[in-house]
Amino acid sequence: MSTGSAIVAEGLSKRYRLGAREPYGVLRDRIGQLLRSPFRRRDRAEPAWIWALDDLTFEIGEGDVVGIVGRNGSGKSTLLKILSRITEPTRGRALVRGRVGSLLEAGTGFHPELTGRENVFVNGAILGMRRQEIQRRFDEIVAFAGVERFLDTPVKYYSSGMQMRLAFAVAAHLEPDVLLVDEVLAVGDAEFQRRCLGKMHDVSQEGRTVLFVSHQMGQIRRLCRSAVWLDRGRMRAFGPTDEVLAQYEQAAGSRDAEAAGGGVFGGWELGTGGHVLDGGSEPFVLRIRISPGHPVSEGHFGLGLLSTSDEIVGGWDFEPISLSGEGELLEIALPQLPIRPGVYRWTFTLFDCGNNLSGGRLVEKWVAMPDLQIHAQPVGHSQDAFAGVLNVPASLRTGSGAVVESAGRGDHRPSGPSRLVVGLG
Amino acid sequence: MPPATIPSAADRPVHLIAPSRGWVPVNLAEIWEYRELLAVLVWRQVRVRYKQTALGVAWAVLQPVATMVVFSVLFGRLAKLPSDGVPYPVFAFCALLPWQLFAYSMTEASNSVVASQQMLTKVYFPRVLLPLSSVAVGLVDFAVSFVVLIAMMLGYGLRPGLEVLTVPLWTLLAVATAVAVSLWLSAINVRYRDVRYTLPLLTQLWLFVTPVAYATSLVPEAWRWLYAMNPMVGVVDGFRWALVGGAWPGPSVFVSGGAVIALLVGGLFYFRRMERTFADVV
Repeated sequence: MSTGSAIVAEGLSKRYRLGAREPYGVLRDRIGQLLRSPFRRRDRAEPAWIWALDDLTFEIGEGDVVGIVGRNGSGKSTLLKILSRITEPTRGRALVRGRVGSLLEAGTGFHPELTGRENVFVNGAILGMRRQEIQRRFDEIVAFAGVERFLDTPVKYYSSGMQMRLAFAVAAHLEPDVLLVDEVLAVGDAEFQRRCLGKMHDVSQEGRTVLFVSHQMGQIRRLCRSAVWLDRGRMRAFGPTDEVLAQYEQAAGSRDAEAAGGGVFGGWELGTGGHVLDGGSEPFVLRIRISPGHPVSEGHFGLGLLSTSDEIVGGWDFEPISLSGEGELLEIALPQLPIRPGVYRWTFTLFDCGNNLSGGRLVEKWVAMPDLQIHAQPVGHSQDAFAGVLNVPASLRTGSGAVVESAGRGDHRPSGPSRLVVGLG
Repeated sequence: MPPATIPSAADRPVHLIAPSRGWVPVNLAEIWEYRELLAVLVWRQVRVRYKQTALGVAWAVLQPVATMVVFSVLFGRLAKLPSDGVPYPVFAFCALLPWQLFAYSMTEASNSVVASQQMLTKVYFPRVLLPLSSVAVGLVDFAVSFVVLIAMMLGYGLRPGLEVLTVPLWTLLAVATAVAVSLWLSAINVRYRDVRYTLPLLTQLWLFVTPVAYATSLVPEAWRWLYAMNPMVGVVDGFRWALVGGAWPGPSVFVSGGAVIALLVGGLFYFRRMERTFADVV
């Protein structure tokens, strides 16, 4: 392998038995089989196999941050498991340079009876840190998790959020040459997610190689320079993030439409094109393509905006609306959307009320796959924890007449339209 | 904080990830590399074991002492089993120490891999550390009980000769036996959960074919070689010889030693063989 590459995979494949997993047997069955027919070879029904990974060949350079996208069951986690040596490939091989840290699930090895302090050491050791390393970074870890006061309390008395934060904090302070991260960021509150992403950004800035699985396209866009798209164990695309995600989203969009049966939902975009909203205090238009398949006379159309943790940020509904049933474009105008920078998702619902008084029949409900990204300068509060969702500036006048503007997050204020910095903690 | 410097590419080792083929033993060098994790795993088990118990570490002593009392009354007083001229309580306790080490380790270690399912499927480390750490925990109990044995020997006025210097050797043999059996059982348990239910019976039977409650001299001479195929026979006889002046066990020690080596080497290969599919099966 050349000196510039961190990971080289050649024909990497992994086969699993169909059905949940490799079955673990009961000895009795085996013995029973032998007793009934001692001379016959054990007649097993030909097991069905599935290739979770099928002939992957790729090369990842040192210091690259690579996002991995794909539907559930496309082999993303299997790939990380093989690269972190948790399970062996069935065929092919891979070379990985340097220490590998994997974060497939935060909190591996936490013991409920042990205190937070003790668990930091145990968990660190399990993830491959040396005792001295943990000691050196202990204060940092604790501060990152924000559990200073509970260090000597058994972890079983922690809230699940606290446990998660502590677990991620330990993992984030690993210093591996290659970091493999599965969708651990899907949990936790938005504020903590932001901090985690920021931490991962720092790690990549230090020249380490990161492989990152996520379903949130916004996260991948912000963190990764290149991306891999896996589909049913095969590599569909590998290249610059924008290109790969564009292909993936197009395919996902049309699949969403397919899944919606007759393609009721045909995708969405902003009036200016794309899914990125710069600013948010200006008026803008949202375009949604739908084709219900049949005329809707007294329809009810609902639009919701969700945060990454599925909290409703905003909701609007419209009725009655009538639709021809053919494909048509809905245009929704909003005067502004002054919310914090980050990634959000749209949900759409369409009810056909017709003459039905009991509330109507649900025609379709979607969650839009490509995320809405808000790129804006935070202007409300300087600390994420107190900033909330709204991103509206305020000014304060004191008795002496002095005026103070509300603070943004000064130290992270982007100098230009930089995609990498906005929204990171 | 300035970005940490990472060593240049050439300094870092390259790991090859490929399907393993054939029979290879557990990688012993890797166990050494991961010794800190082994220490942490042992520490964690020791730490957790007696949490929220009223008696705490006293349990480590209480169990063998209670067994010793029962044995002394049943076998020493009532059945009047010969104890080769040694006071029966010391005779029994001296054998109970390595036995407890073995039985505890075997029970805990067999379940160790399955119990660590969470870790197994989320992070890489040499899996063999799991049974090894359980055995090491058994050693901690062993050390605590050993103090009691010394006290008993003082109480009975027993003064060991130079043979006492061989105690580490017998301890090593006991640990090797525990490790060997644990490697087999913990790996089998991943695939066949029957092991868990077999264990209590297995432990009980094994106790009867080991000279804990009685002396090896009760076994007919002609059958001693077969009897010694049970490695714990060599261990227990060795302990008695080294500490309380039992008879020198003779060539059967080598039979036991040979049996341990065979079991251990086989276990190292078998464990490695099964290890490949642990994460997929467990």
